[in-house]
Amino acid sequence: MSRKTLELWVGCFVALGFAAILFLALKVGNLSAANFAETYQVSAKFANIGGLKVRAPVKSAGVVVGRVSEIYFDAQTYEAVAVLTLDNRYHFPKDTFALILTAGLLGEQYIGLDPGGDEKMLAAGDTIAKTQSAVVLEKLISQFMFNKASEGPGNN
Amino acid sequence: MADEERQPSALIGVLLTLGHIVTSALQRLGYATRFLIMLLRWSGQSFRRLHLTIREIYFSGFQSLLIIMVSGLFIGMVLGMQGYDTLQRYGSAEALGVLVALSLVRELGPVVAALLFASRAGSSITAEIGLMKTTEQLMAMDMMAVNPIARVVAPRFWGGVLSMPLLAALFSATGVFGGYLIGVVFIGVDNGAFWSQMQASVDFRYDVWSGIVKSFVFGIAVSLIAVFEGYDAEPTAEGVSSSIKSTVVKSALAILALDFVLTSFMFREAG
Repeated sequence: MSRKTLELWVGCFVALGFAAILFLALKVGNLSAANFAETYQVSAKFANIGGLKVRAPVKSAGVVVGRVSEIYFDAQTYEAVAVLTLDNRYHFPKDTFALILTAGLLGEQYIGLDPGGDEKMLAAGDTIAKTQSAVVLEKLISQFMFNKASEGPGNN
Repeated sequence: MADEERQPSALIGVLLTLGHIVTSALQRLGYATRFLIMLLRWSGQSFRRLHLTIREIYFSGFQSLLIIMVSGLFIGMVLGMQGYDTLQRYGSAEALGVLVALSLVRELGPVVAALLFASRAGSSITAEIGLMKTTEQLMAMDMMAVNPIARVVAPRFWGGVLSMPLLAALFSATGVFGGYLIGVVFIGVDNGAFWSQMQASVDFRYDVWSGIVKSFVFGIAVSLIAVFEGYDAEPTAEGVSSSIKSTVVKSALAILALDFVLTSFMFREAG
């Protein structure tokens, strides 16, 4: 086999390999969607974060606008602090509501942002004041049981 | 006298065998390390005649394409079927894309591609170099002041190292396509959910890049084992055949052990 044909086939092979990497990056992975060029960070304090994990998405109106970049425990207030890295294209009012939600019945947990009506916008380093903790299944069940018990059998 | 010596001799025999195994293994490891250093030292000279490396990429990379892509397609299709079977019990068949893509990109792509590469290309590299040694071609090169490491060994090594990540990526890509074929085209999982859930869960730097790094490390391990076993082969027909066997066995063990080590480093905080 001449050197030219050999190099042609190797060129095809390398091009095919890089096409596969590109496919994995753009179609399978999230390089196209979630690669925020410029970001800013805000933090939110929660009484309970449930199963929220680092790298979980931050969504507003269902659109991914950022990611959870850090989670730590504040020993002063006994609260969990989640640091959110948000896309610089999106800005939210100061009184935005941060909730921990679950995707589907058993899906992963994410943070939902409900924008408020404030004129001032959240800046880098701000803290979101209004938050709602994750729903803990055990608490929900015990609440339900408690309500059932207080209704009592005689009331029916 | 003879009785006294016979009593501990069984124990001493065992210890002797154990010691022999350990020292000869260490000696070979040291020899392999020195071989790698020599290989790296002469790589520059072999890169000056780049067509030698390109030729090896053709033989070990391009010619492995068929087996890699067909295996990837079938593994992806099997993952699609088995994954769907389990996921639909929990009513989350849409997560099939995530399951197929993550298992391929993180683990199966690099590992199975490297195992196939070791048995398809690694064994043929060992056979080639081993036979060259047996027929005294390597020695003849040395006599003609052509360094056999620069001329024969280094191009084969780098050809394998450069081919491996591309083959693993192709394996993963055809695997994802196979999963798509079974999941979306035949079973009827929603097309949009399949891709969007996959994209939401597969991170480029965390998952795809880790897979590429893994396959690069496997490429180095398999290629080094293949060229070393060939170069170190006993110059007989029996010696070459046992070297080929030992390339496949050692490559497989090295790939699986390295995979465990790399996974525990890369995905420690996975969750």
